Amino acid sequence: MRAEAVADLGHAGRRIDGITCAEVAELLPAAVDGGVERRRLDRRVSRHVEQCLRCQAELAGYRRLLRALHDLRTEVLLPPPGAVAGCLAALAGAGERRAGAALLSGHRGAYVGGLAVAATAAGAGAALVLATRKRRAG
Amino acid sequence: MVRAPATDELADLVAEARAGDSHAFDDLVTATYADAFTLATRLMGNEEDASDVVQDAYLRAYRAIGRFRGDARFTTWLYRIVANCAATSLGRRGRHRHEQLDEALQLPDDHADHDPERKASDAHDRVRVQAALAGLPEKLRLVVVLRDVYDLPHEAIAAELGITETAAKVRLHRARKKLRARLFPIRGEIDENEATDEEVRGAG
Ligand SMILES: [Zn+2]
Repeated sequence: MRAEAVADLGHAGRRIDGITCAEVAELLPAAVDGGVERRRLDRRVSRHVEQCLRCQAELAGYRRLLRALHDLRTEVLLPPPGAVAGCLAALAGAGERRAGAALLSGHRGAYVGGLAVAATAAGAGAALVLATRKRRAG
Repeated sequence: MVRAPATDELADLVAEARAGDSHAFDDLVTATYADAFTLATRLMGNEEDASDVVQDAYLRAYRAIGRFRGDARFTTWLYRIVANCAATSLGRRGRHRHEQLDEALQLPDDHADHDPERKASDAHDRVRVQAALAGLPEKLRLVVVLRDVYDLPHEAIAAELGITETAAKVRLHRARKKLRARLFPIRGEIDENEATDEEVRGAG
């Protein structure tokens, strides 16, 4: 098992190629910057990592972490019911911002339709759009 | 044919909102609310605070929409406002209470069968990552969410949080170390975890 091998070899004071695991460990978080563009490790550091299962495991952990963080970006959380309406009400109460209300253009309906598709695709549901329509009708 | 309707339609709404059409701004809110709420929840660590932060952010965005330049994406602009509002809210709260959620949060535990190189179970990782983020000290959480989840540049993060770029980078470094050690530990690392927690707390 890989994990056993790591346990045997791993201790932070170990020195390979003139650099210790502890020193390498300080450089690994930046080595995965951006999650896509991997900054090149210093030659001495990469030689250490090539020969050290402990640091390999740690680097793999950082890559997995960055991937998982990046994946969070695709997830959209559903706001609690009434949150959007509450926010719109707060905006309406914020000032004399209704002055331009008569500007409503005829093709706005098309936008709302498009937004419904976008919102559903994002997992937000069409309920938000329905709320807007109802408000506008009233 | 490939098209990106959401972006185009947002751009049109932004143009109308900038011209003073408040209904267009309402449509912008409706179209982007879930995204802003998601970011705010990740930053604040809970949904209750997130709703307040999002509302603050839209009020500010409404007042500032005239200054929004079309060369940036509206959502990126909005995210920066949300980040700023979150930082302000946490700063305000920090003056009143100091408790750290760090230790209170239990992560789903999979140490037993852990192997960093096994095929990642992405859905499983996602749940654990969310819990680990919520358990980070706030200062570290804000930076790692904005950088590693939302891909904002360091200078934008520093500007919205009111810290130097160097401070932002140091916090990112610490956040990644803590998250990696907590989520994907290697054998014999458990004690280091505790030490890191102390170190972060001490560093304020
Ligand atoms: Zn090593």
